Amino acid sequence: MTLLEMNHVRKSFDGTQVLRDISLSVAQGEIVSVIGPSGSGKSTLLRCATMLETMDSGELIYLGERAAWSDGSGGIVYAPKKKLKKIQENYGLVFQNFNLFPHFSVMKNITDAPISVQKKSREEAYALGRELLKKMGLEDKADAYPFQLSGGQCQRVAIARALALQPKLLFFDEPTSALDPELTGEVLKVIRSLADLHIAMVIVTHEMAFAKDISDRVIFMAEGVIVEEGTPEQVFASANERTRSFLGKYGDMGRG
Amino acid sequence: MSLGRMVSQLAGGMFVSIQIFLVTLIFSLPLGMVVAFGRMSKHPLLQGAVKAYISIMRGTPLMLQLMVVYFGPYYLFGIKITNSYRLWAAWIGFVINYAAYFAEIYRSGIQSMPIGQYEAAKMLGYGKARTFFTIILPQVIKRILPSITNEVITLVKDTSLAFTISVLEMFAIAKALASSQTSLLPFAAAGIFYYVFNLVVAVGMEHVEKKLSYYQ
Ligand SMILES: Nc1ncnc2c1ncn2[C@@H]1O[C@H](COP(=O)(O)OP(=O)(O)OP(=O)(O)O)[C@@H](O)[C@H]1O
Ligand SMILES: [Mg+2]
Repeated sequence: MTLLEMNHVRKSFDGTQVLRDISLSVAQGEIVSVIGPSGSGKSTLLRCATMLETMDSGELIYLGERAAWSDGSGGIVYAPKKKLKKIQENYGLVFQNFNLFPHFSVMKNITDAPISVQKKSREEAYALGRELLKKMGLEDKADAYPFQLSGGQCQRVAIARALALQPKLLFFDEPTSALDPELTGEVLKVIRSLADLHIAMVIVTHEMAFAKDISDRVIFMAEGVIVEEGTPEQVFASANERTRSFLGKYGDMGRG
Repeated sequence: MSLGRMVSQLAGGMFVSIQIFLVTLIFSLPLGMVVAFGRMSKHPLLQGAVKAYISIMRGTPLMLQLMVVYFGPYYLFGIKITNSYRLWAAWIGFVINYAAYFAEIYRSGIQSMPIGQYEAAKMLGYGKARTFFTIILPQVIKRILPSITNEVITLVKDTSLAFTISVLEMFAIAKALASSQTSLLPFAAAGIFYYVFNLVVAVGMEHVEKKLSYYQ
């Protein structure tokens, strides 16, 4: 079954259309990169998909369950709160600027939601937390506080925090663009390593080489529409003028 | 009058002052949070009413407010004022005044929280109440602690205003003793009392601040 389906999504801010009739679907375990120029609506798309933003019209479906749909008279209806909460368990989001909880230790950042939201036992949550920290290469940071970590380490903790809830789909909104260049590598490496967890990922990124390498599918967005989508080979070798001109800005990384 | 009696009278005043101080904090700190939520409410009527209340509390002298609370029931409704109402009037006056100040401190603290904290909490499935109490409030408390400390220190000194409605707290007693004994000693004692009281408050708040300095 399709994991995520977005149909004819529209979103405006103060009369400016930011998403114009976007349709998108993500299969279970699929890795999708979203690329496009600044202001094209990539973040807004993720925020609509994760319900941080309400869409103006369109349809949002997770595993066949409708979270939101158009009511036929131009408005939008969201499912009842309880159902939304259930639907929300399918996905997590990794923010550009981490948004870790500064007053929680690394371990508590990772285990608090599993314990207090999912009602896991402390032992189970901590075991999972330790396992995730190991995967992130941060075994020794369990008791540290976010202010004691580098940006790259913070982002890896944020990824672990999202993974701790065992989502089927993880969204990333430019996970490395708040980092110093020398720290992006470690985060990208960790995201790569998630491929064998078989969770689906939707990654908004400006790291073209990374997108090309990791993705099953690449979506190129511009001015609120999906201009082109396909395998990395297709999109990065595209004959489409807009795609070419965007990728051209990324020099060698974008080509061939 | 023996020194012993003087000391025991001053001690009685001290007790009343500390009582006003504690009652005010115990009730105005939580009440301020309720007021802050009213102030941030999207309901225009509620928000307007709370705004007016805060503005009056902050814009008029506390001394005047105490008198209104104390004499108001009689002048407005003809209710006879009993002696025991005096202390109640002081408590009520202080609590509603300080709640307004605390509310504004809470509001500025809550509004200074980055939206990302709410969004991260939402993504992790925290409900509204859990988000507020476990994610937002602890961070807000750390941020506003210096402002709270200022208010608490002001409160220590403000308790002396209760003398305007003849509550026999530290200052009223010192004043009475000073004139009956024609001595400055009671005033000196009162001064020392307020100073030491504030010292204790400052040390206490510093301790709390230290406790919260485990993160940034
Ligand atoms: N909350 C908002 N209120 C008003 N305008 C907004 C809001 N959020 C986004 N926009 C506008 O919508 C447009 C698309 O923004 P969005 O953040 O989705 O772009 P983006 O593709 O993520 O860009 P970037 O690569 O710079 O992150 C921009 O013009 C932005 O100014
Ligand atoms: Mg963006």
